[in-house]
Amino acid sequence: MSQIPADLKYVSTHEWLRSTADGSLEVGITDHAQDALGDLVFVELPEVGREVTAGEACAVVESVKAASDIYAPVAGRIVAVNPVLIDQPEQVNQDCYGSGWLFRLVPASSAELTALLDAQAYRDLLNQGA
Amino acid sequence: MNQRTVLYDSHVAAGGRMVPFSGWDMPLHYGSQLQEHHRVRAEVGMFDVSHMTVIDLAGPGSRAFLRRLLANDVARLSAPGSALYGCMLNHEGGILDDLIVYLRGEERFRLVVNAATRDSDLSWMRARLAEMPDAAQLTHRPDLAMLAVQGPMAELALAKVFSAETMSAVHALSAFQFIERPEGFIARTGYTGEDGFEILLPAQAAPALWRALLTAGVPPCGLGARDTLRLEAGLSLYGTDLDADHTPQECGLGWTVALAPEGRDFIGRAALAARTPRCRQVGLVLQGRGVLRNGLTVRLPGGAEGRITSGGFSPTLQRAIALARVPLGPASLCEVLLRGQALPARVVKPPFVRHGLACVDLNSL
Repeated sequence: MSQIPADLKYVSTHEWLRSTADGSLEVGITDHAQDALGDLVFVELPEVGREVTAGEACAVVESVKAASDIYAPVAGRIVAVNPVLIDQPEQVNQDCYGSGWLFRLVPASSAELTALLDAQAYRDLLNQGA
Repeated sequence: MNQRTVLYDSHVAAGGRMVPFSGWDMPLHYGSQLQEHHRVRAEVGMFDVSHMTVIDLAGPGSRAFLRRLLANDVARLSAPGSALYGCMLNHEGGILDDLIVYLRGEERFRLVVNAATRDSDLSWMRARLAEMPDAAQLTHRPDLAMLAVQGPMAELALAKVFSAETMSAVHALSAFQFIERPEGFIARTGYTGEDGFEILLPAQAAPALWRALLTAGVPPCGLGARDTLRLEAGLSLYGTDLDADHTPQECGLGWTVALAPEGRDFIGRAALAARTPRCRQVGLVLQGRGVLRNGLTVRLPGGAEGRITSGGFSPTLQRAIALARVPLGPASLCEVLLRGQALPARVVKPPFVRHGLACVDLNSL
């Protein structure tokens, strides 16, 4: 059974979001996503400063199996990427909600945040697909 | 409904992630493909390869038939207990399959061919056999299971489950030799670039051997690790690196075509003599970061283009590697087109890894 922490928000493309103290949103992929992808061997992250729109492909994770796009869950500006993943992409498999975070962005508006899924809604989504 | 090997329940019990493969439900991995890969390079691992097709051939016409059927020559097998890798060609010289043929007795052979080509291989063989003057009995053996135990500690692992008498015979085996013992048909062959064995045995006996090996500490490994191991070892996969539109010479398998003696009229020989190779197989090592994938375009200096037939990430080298089909002519560098970028890659001669060691000089990359 996939882990789905209750304190995070989610989108249907299997990214999670965490509000941080400085007002930015930390973004990663869910346990369900990392499990489906298999061992990650390479992560391509966006440039810091890039403006992204909601749903825009802005990163790529490559597993032993395939390459997958990662989508910006909301519109905003990338303010940080996880430097650890350059040499240790396996952090995403080992700790997808912690040390395996992908990037942080400052949302363009707070309005979009209301459309995000909570843990229960994301769990329901996975159950529908199963 | 996909077919299941006799070990299906064992895979599920071991946490195998089951996926469809050539009409079979097979384990992709049991948790981590990378760990399984490293275990085989460093120690030992076991694979269920019971989906592969086993065909026995016996009768006075067997040898003559195989000398006609295969581009490699079974006359090269000096004594029972030895095996040979080779290709079965169509009349145009294209590869219908790659296989291993085992010499069991004067007119007794065993062939192991791919799972995906089972039906087409069997009908091709039966049709060609019908054209031969002397009879031979061709028997498909779905009643057998096959386990591959691979890695530098493979012999030590077998010693924990087989009798001392069997192990002294196993110990004496060179690569591509085999013995038939009460425990099974044990061949020193494999698809990983490591020492190891492939064991054929009655299907009903396979779960017990699997359990015994598990208890002896041999981890189960899935198709995922099998694919990265064989790619590192520079071993081609039928259907991606090899196909009916290409000759052995075009796929890096010219060495498996036995042109001597001249008088041996194997199927495809005349076509090969008349055809000029249009391409060749090379290995690629990506210089920077990224992962090479099947189907990506390769651009050589001068603009000629080729294609990656098998690409992936090499866990041993920690680099992306690939087998590619490129136009003839020397090349040491190329570019691979990936997500709108042209990434530099070095052209090398496979294998990339053998017996746990890199065969390409990463420092010069």
